[in-house]
Amino acid sequence: MSERGRASRRGGPGTLNAPGALNSADGTTTATAPERQGLLPDEPLPEFAARHGLKPSAVRPPALAYLKQLWRRRHFIVAFATARNVAMYSEARLGQVWQILTPLLNAAVYFLIFGVILDTKRGVPNFIPFLVTGIFIFNFTQRSFIIASRVINDSLPLIRALHFPRACLPLAYILIELQQMLISMVVLVVIVLGFGEPLTWYWLLAVPVIALQSLFNVGVGLILARIGAGVEDVSQLIPFIVRTWLYISGVMFFIPALKTLYLHEKLSYLLQINPAAVYIALVRNSLLESLRNEIGSYQPYNHQLCQLAVGSKSLHITPHPALLDHCHLVVPNTSLWLFGVGWALLAVIIGFFFFWRAEVTYGRG
Amino acid sequence: MAEQSAEPVVVVDDLHIVYRVFGSARDKGTAATAFLRMLRRQRRPSVREVHAIRGISFVANRGDAVGVIGRNGSGKSTLLRAIAGLIPPEQGIVYTTGHASLLGVNAALLDDLTGDRNVVVCGLAMGMTPREIKDRYQSIVDFSGVGDFINLPMRAYSTGMGSRLRFAIASARSHDVLLVDEALVTGDAEFRVRSRERIEELRAQAGTVFIVAHSMAQIEETCNRVIWLEKGQIVRAGDDVPAIIDAYLAATGGEPMVREPATT
Repeated sequence: MSERGRASRRGGPGTLNAPGALNSADGTTTATAPERQGLLPDEPLPEFAARHGLKPSAVRPPALAYLKQLWRRRHFIVAFATARNVAMYSEARLGQVWQILTPLLNAAVYFLIFGVILDTKRGVPNFIPFLVTGIFIFNFTQRSFIIASRVINDSLPLIRALHFPRACLPLAYILIELQQMLISMVVLVVIVLGFGEPLTWYWLLAVPVIALQSLFNVGVGLILARIGAGVEDVSQLIPFIVRTWLYISGVMFFIPALKTLYLHEKLSYLLQINPAAVYIALVRNSLLESLRNEIGSYQPYNHQLCQLAVGSKSLHITPHPALLDHCHLVVPNTSLWLFGVGWALLAVIIGFFFFWRAEVTYGRG
Repeated sequence: MAEQSAEPVVVVDDLHIVYRVFGSARDKGTAATAFLRMLRRQRRPSVREVHAIRGISFVANRGDAVGVIGRNGSGKSTLLRAIAGLIPPEQGIVYTTGHASLLGVNAALLDDLTGDRNVVVCGLAMGMTPREIKDRYQSIVDFSGVGDFINLPMRAYSTGMGSRLRFAIASARSHDVLLVDEALVTGDAEFRVRSRERIEELRAQAGTVFIVAHSMAQIEETCNRVIWLEKGQIVRAGDDVPAIIDAYLAATGGEPMVREPATT
């Protein structure tokens, strides 16, 4: 049908100018008008538009221009995030108190299950600060991902009404999560100090870690936002994927101290360099002196010595405790930093281009 | 011919818009039916395509006021949104100079936020700077006439108040191409007069205005061109506004317009 429409439109002054109009080929002559029909010039429209310097209205800007547009809407991103944040609790009686209550309750639940009931604290000197740090850091990524996968479909009215670079929306929502995260960090500082960890200069290292983690969240968030905009099912699936990720990222246990991984150094290494584990480990290493000391007391990993230690145990011979110290594969801090930067950059670059490529399709619904 | 010197501002080339709607009434919507469907390898029957615009082409020039008329559901609002670049076309292209702005945002505003936050957030989204918003904030609020309600969440507003505030925000900025959806120009008589004046003002600055309206008198008064849509297609379009309006009224069974004898 469009072929026909195109042909008739380009056919010159004699033909009908409104393609696909009711009066075209099928004889249903509703309104054949002798006057200038359809307000069209004689030449093909794309050339006509180009000659007059018109540009397609729903066209994706070049990547650099898109970045500039985003930068120009920075005030919108911040204002939108702040407004949403305020509105989030406006229905609740306790209001903004929930911003502090939520992370606290979260920590309490995990402590009950993993600290008291399941007792996963083996090998960790000061378990509660360790656990709470892991939960808060992971929670930031988890919530960012879940919310980002829904953001386009949740904001359809806004998208269909106003013109702005759509990447503003995932950015704003992740900014909300960052604000939440910073409030959690205040709670975290109180907990960590309360459980006897000293305040040191190392703490300052947590700031760049959270910056890197935010970048990573933005990158993956942009990817999820585009996928979630196209396939609604993804946002249903994300919570399960993220929860699986939670359990393998060492949130409630210390990966190097995990007995099942003693002899699987490759697997242990892979678990430790996954983005969530990297950011969690970096924050823990900066905040928790007890953990730094513990890691410092380990011997370098040695597969044979460790096998000896683990093997002799199964033969009911008491192993030399010193041998077990060779069993902890710890990815050194320098590598963690490199991975942290790498993951963040990789995610942001891929995420930006992936989201930007579909810019004009958001809003089709 | 006048058209030779005219400067086109909006060119619409064979535009098609398709909405995909999930979850129509036919499906029972239980997990069991969904599962059976997967076993039988059927496509989701509940995905319905609504072909809202089916191949529209036209050109509008600077200084034009184009009226868009048609029955409910004929694709008028969709056409405006497509010109504004808010809905991606399935096929075809809309060419414009600069940005076309839609005045007639049905749900642009954030219901759970207060009116004053809405002014700020929506203004920023439209590309105003914080400074501009600060400067115009008071005039926006005054124009909307919502008074003390500005500090309440917008869900507490009446329909009229909501649309007044929306209009006030959207019209706070000058636009290249202005698209006015009648849905917005609600409100009491006094506000209608004020908003009409504001539209005239904006039109003088904008150059090109598209107006969707059901009031034929308003169209005939303000527009020099008319596009008559039916089921997403152009039935008639042209400069002869009274003739097309008469034909439209005759086709839809409306009362014919009573006019003064033509003063040519």
